[in-house]
Amino acid sequence: MRQITYLQAIGEAMREEMRRDPRVFLMGEDIEANVFGTATGFKEEFGADRLRDVPLSEAGFVGAAIGSAMVGMRPIVDLTIASFLYVAMDQIVSMAAKTTYMYGGQTHVPLVLRASMFFGGANAAQHSDRNYPMLMNVPGLKIITPSTPYDMKGLLKTAIREDDPMVSFEDGMLWGTRGDVPEEEYLIPFGVAEVKRAGTDVTVVAIASRVQEALAAAETLTKEGVSVEVIDPRTLVPLDKETILASVAKTGRLVVVEEAHRTCGAAAEIAAIVAEEGFWNLKAPIKRLAVPDVHIPFSPPLEKLMYPTASTIVSAIHAVME
Amino acid sequence: MELTNEQLVEMYRRMVRIRRFEENVVDMVASGEIPGAAHTSIGQEGEIVGACMALRLDDYMVGNHRSHGHPIGKGANLKGLMAELLGKRTGVNRGKSGSMHLADFSIGSVGETSILGSGIPIAAGAALGARMLGTDRVSLCFFGDGASNEGAVHEGLNLAAVWKLPVIYVCENNGYAVTVPAEKAISVHNISERAKAYDIPGVTVDGQDAIAVYEVVSEAVKRARAGQGPSLVEAKTYRYRHHAEGPLFDNLNYRSEEEVMRWKKRDPLVILRTRLLESGVLTEADAAQIEREVQDEVQAAITFARESAYPDPQEAFEGLYVHPIPITR
Repeated sequence: MRQITYLQAIGEAMREEMRRDPRVFLMGEDIEANVFGTATGFKEEFGADRLRDVPLSEAGFVGAAIGSAMVGMRPIVDLTIASFLYVAMDQIVSMAAKTTYMYGGQTHVPLVLRASMFFGGANAAQHSDRNYPMLMNVPGLKIITPSTPYDMKGLLKTAIREDDPMVSFEDGMLWGTRGDVPEEEYLIPFGVAEVKRAGTDVTVVAIASRVQEALAAAETLTKEGVSVEVIDPRTLVPLDKETILASVAKTGRLVVVEEAHRTCGAAAEIAAIVAEEGFWNLKAPIKRLAVPDVHIPFSPPLEKLMYPTASTIVSAIHAVME
Repeated sequence: MELTNEQLVEMYRRMVRIRRFEENVVDMVASGEIPGAAHTSIGQEGEIVGACMALRLDDYMVGNHRSHGHPIGKGANLKGLMAELLGKRTGVNRGKSGSMHLADFSIGSVGETSILGSGIPIAAGAALGARMLGTDRVSLCFFGDGASNEGAVHEGLNLAAVWKLPVIYVCENNGYAVTVPAEKAISVHNISERAKAYDIPGVTVDGQDAIAVYEVVSEAVKRARAGQGPSLVEAKTYRYRHHAEGPLFDNLNYRSEEEVMRWKKRDPLVILRTRLLESGVLTEADAAQIEREVQDEVQAAITFARESAYPDPQEAFEGLYVHPIPITR
């Protein structure tokens, strides 16, 4: 099968949806100059109206995107780095997320916010946020965290067609990764986790680029005769808890891995669900691997200590297997 | 842009409608019938209706927490508004939002938002959408003197200006951000002066004179519809009541009784009625007739709201998404 990169998958999803629906348009900082390579050829194909550079003003342009969505457009906003969404937080939380509910269904907000988690590259705390858990705490948004080019394309296309406000957290560590993506069109439904590797001894739920680390850990552990099941939720809101609970019912052990901070993270939420609804299937305490509750330091040897890796996942699995 | 006699009478009727609706709201908050905070527009009817009459029904409008006047000014039916104030299912928002968010989308509303300044970018976006969808609709955004200092106002005005969006920003300067006087919080004497920073027209107008507001806003609407971009209109006005109803704001010493009396002498309803009587557009009998009809309308709205059912408990968990997802309870 044809292979493309994660960034190319983003570009293909947007191009196909912009071709399909003239109400879909893209706006963002430096989008015309195509800094990240996700909008190659867009200016020529779609024109200046549907490919808009914006003034540096996240509250202004996210708000404008919401307003346009409320009257019938279908904006995609490239926020570039996820840390910048704080500048637009009021618009995202008070407007995008609450509008459908608060106005009793008189309107809705078909908006896609794209935010890349730009960590692991010595950019320090203010540019390295992996902040999807904050928005999981806001009812009214839907959140995707794709881990492969295939998932990225299929989920983003679904997101663009959705009538609800969406946030696509795109993992910067995956930008250059290549994977199989068919030429023909496909969509991936929300709320359907994928078992990335089947196993019987322990369930590892991993998010975004931590899925790769979990798969590497699973490979290492086959040599020891430990069979690891790796599950990628793919969408955090809605969250496919059934697939996770069914896996834990089979394996009796759970390790949850993510690249966000530990407190109130997605791993915490998944662990809580399994503790509430799958407790009697557990043979060992649940283990969480997340970023400690400190800021991301600049110095590379320090930053490297922050994120769960294949080797810390192997250690965690050893712990729950004892 | 000259108002016809029918339009002048309609303008007066809508102002009376806001006043009588709000007077009943004051009583119904005091009696405990209306829950939550209620911010009335009594005293500000001239600028609201003057601005709204410059719009078509299909033009967009964004407002703020002082939200009762805006939809009435643009022609909304009172029943859905009053039912919303009582938290009933027949309310414009199905009882989900109450007094600070009386947005009736059937008359062109694109929201009444209680986070100050947040509507400025939304209105710019509605204008962008209107243009991209190939319509000649414009978008009008009400905001207050307090909101004028918010960062979103700068961001939204700049965006609207660089994209030449068909949007009219109407600052309802009622002199106070809750209790803080405008001169203590705002760096310029007239908020309209800030238009210079965006290279757009900025005009200050007497907000108690509905016709004057209509004329200024009509000019801005004309510019917007012709593709000449946004305008900033500042209407100097006054709220007779405190920031919100209720004991929290009742006994605060932030403005003088003398100041309140001075503004009441320039009541927007009296100013317009006098003008219409003097020019023969309205007779005393007509004015009395409008009073009676509006009183009946308000009473009918109250009856409708009282007789309407509360939402079912299940409805608290509905309407969050267009395509629902499971919600754990």
